[in-house]
Amino acid sequence: MDKTQLLVGLGVMLFAAGLVGVMVRRNALVMLMCMELMLNGVNLTLVSFAQQTGATEGAVLVFLVFVVAAAEVAIAIPILLLLARARRTLDVEAYADLKG
Amino acid sequence: MIETVLLYLFAGAAALGAVAMLIARHPMRVALALIICMLSLAGIYALLGVHVIAVFQVLIYVGAVMVFMVYVILLIDVRDSAFTRRFSWLLVPGIAGFVALTAVLCIALWRGESASGTAVGAFGVRPFSEVFLNEYWLYFELVSVLLVAAVVAAIAVVKIGIGRRG
Repeated sequence: MDKTQLLVGLGVMLFAAGLVGVMVRRNALVMLMCMELMLNGVNLTLVSFAQQTGATEGAVLVFLVFVVAAAEVAIAIPILLLLARARRTLDVEAYADLKG
Repeated sequence: MIETVLLYLFAGAAALGAVAMLIARHPMRVALALIICMLSLAGIYALLGVHVIAVFQVLIYVGAVMVFMVYVILLIDVRDSAFTRRFSWLLVPGIAGFVALTAVLCIALWRGESASGTAVGAFGVRPFSEVFLNEYWLYFELVSVLLVAAVVAAIAVVKIGIGRRG
């Protein structure tokens, strides 16, 4: 198996695992971590393609994705803490009344 | 030779960490599995010669984001029902979707032409920072504005919560 194929396959697998984690887990914090896993899978494919073609722009894009992920976590964690204080649980099924 | 062995080793560790994230019960174990996954990805980036990204992966993801996550896990009550029941009712369709998505994408990957990479190793700090700060300086500034906006928004969220509770 080619090296790039292995890495892109691993990226796909990480993205799919993160997606299934967001879907099947109940804990909101675990769902947030699975979203980070999805971002990591995308980053891996970006880096492997950038390394294959020798484009430094790929590394710049990955760096921007890092910063966006950090900003996302900085917003999402206070929201999660407020949710946990309001309902005393992080179980997403306790928030089912949010649907319209 | 040793690089290929290390590459397979890190790829296997990353995949195992991702699977462990799905089945671990306590959020702290999920966080530790995610840290293992991210560290293996940093090893893969270092093996590919993209050292800047490897360093940022360790510094930003493991050093900042995951330490933040671990602190939040410590703040949360452990007797929560979300800790004892792992999966929601979407478990079976979720697993089916996971298998289907991975199979389709891997088959597409397998059938595609394997463009043999030229393995360019010019990803040190210097070419990266030259490209970043010469051509993409505008995005650098925009990203710093985004970070400031995120910090302000986090403070605003916390203040709204305090105001609600009275």
